[in-house]
Amino acid sequence: MFDLLGTTLPSRLLLGTAQYPSPAILADAVKASGTSVVTVSLRREMAGRRGGEKFWSLIRALDTRILPNTAGCHSVKEAVTTAKMAREVFGTSWIKLEVIGNHDTLQPDVFGLVEAARILCEDGFSVFPYTTDDLVVAERLLEAGCKVLMPWCAPIGSALGPVNIMALRSLRGHFPDIPMIVDAGLGRPSHAATVMELGFDAVLLNTAVAKAADPVGMARAFGKAVEAGREAFCSGMLEPRDVAVPSTPAIGRAVFS
Amino acid sequence: MKLMVNGEAHEVAATTLAELLAALDYEGDWLATAVNSDLVQKANRAEFQLSDGDRIEILSPMQGG
Repeated sequence: MFDLLGTTLPSRLLLGTAQYPSPAILADAVKASGTSVVTVSLRREMAGRRGGEKFWSLIRALDTRILPNTAGCHSVKEAVTTAKMAREVFGTSWIKLEVIGNHDTLQPDVFGLVEAARILCEDGFSVFPYTTDDLVVAERLLEAGCKVLMPWCAPIGSALGPVNIMALRSLRGHFPDIPMIVDAGLGRPSHAATVMELGFDAVLLNTAVAKAADPVGMARAFGKAVEAGREAFCSGMLEPRDVAVPSTPAIGRAVFS
Repeated sequence: MKLMVNGEAHEVAATTLAELLAALDYEGDWLATAVNSDLVQKANRAEFQLSDGDRIEILSPMQGG
């Protein structure tokens, strides 16, 4: 169980809903992962098409919490307006706040992110900021009113896994009581297990599952990895050492010469 | 009146946002609307007066990461 902003969640895996081969596979992957939070977005509706209706029905049938995003927003104004529109449509004050600063890396514009976070927190939103692993930016986001942080571990969709363990470890160490969800860049279940072993509270991923050869199987694998990583963190892992230490007792061994 | 709706130019007789949605065949409680980059809540669409040149965004739920 995982307490996130006063909500008890059965899973520490948050899952995106984009890029799946079909709506049915998306639904099956969500179930297989065990997730209880899915991310969604808002996009332009086509006149007369009722395009959002089917997806909205599918999402409601999943019976999970919804975390809308502001994906694709490149300015504070865009992100704030999109967040307000999402709150009305999805009926939640949770918002995954993205203010993108670079087209190639999709890394956040952290200055705009802090500004947008402050505006939205003052307006009653629970802001989940998609941020880098920068410690000072994290401090500013908390000062702006954020109660949770979502640092990347690598660029969105890159599948690189945690590229800067030291920064993630430092972030975790500085804010031991702030819920932190590693968002973006995870490629394999072992990546998820690694960041969970570092003590992060949860992970959010999408592409690694949706673009796998078998998204349902991969969703299940990520669910297990997240559980394994968390249990390992809570169980106290050995620190690496440079010398060998026999695991079988040396006392009582036979002498044959 | 000339308006930009989801990035496309339209010439319409509608004077309110609610009338515009009906005229262009947008319906559904899953829609969100903004005029000139500001949210216009569903409850306010009927009374929201449009002006020539307004930019309207009509959004709906979509897959997202």
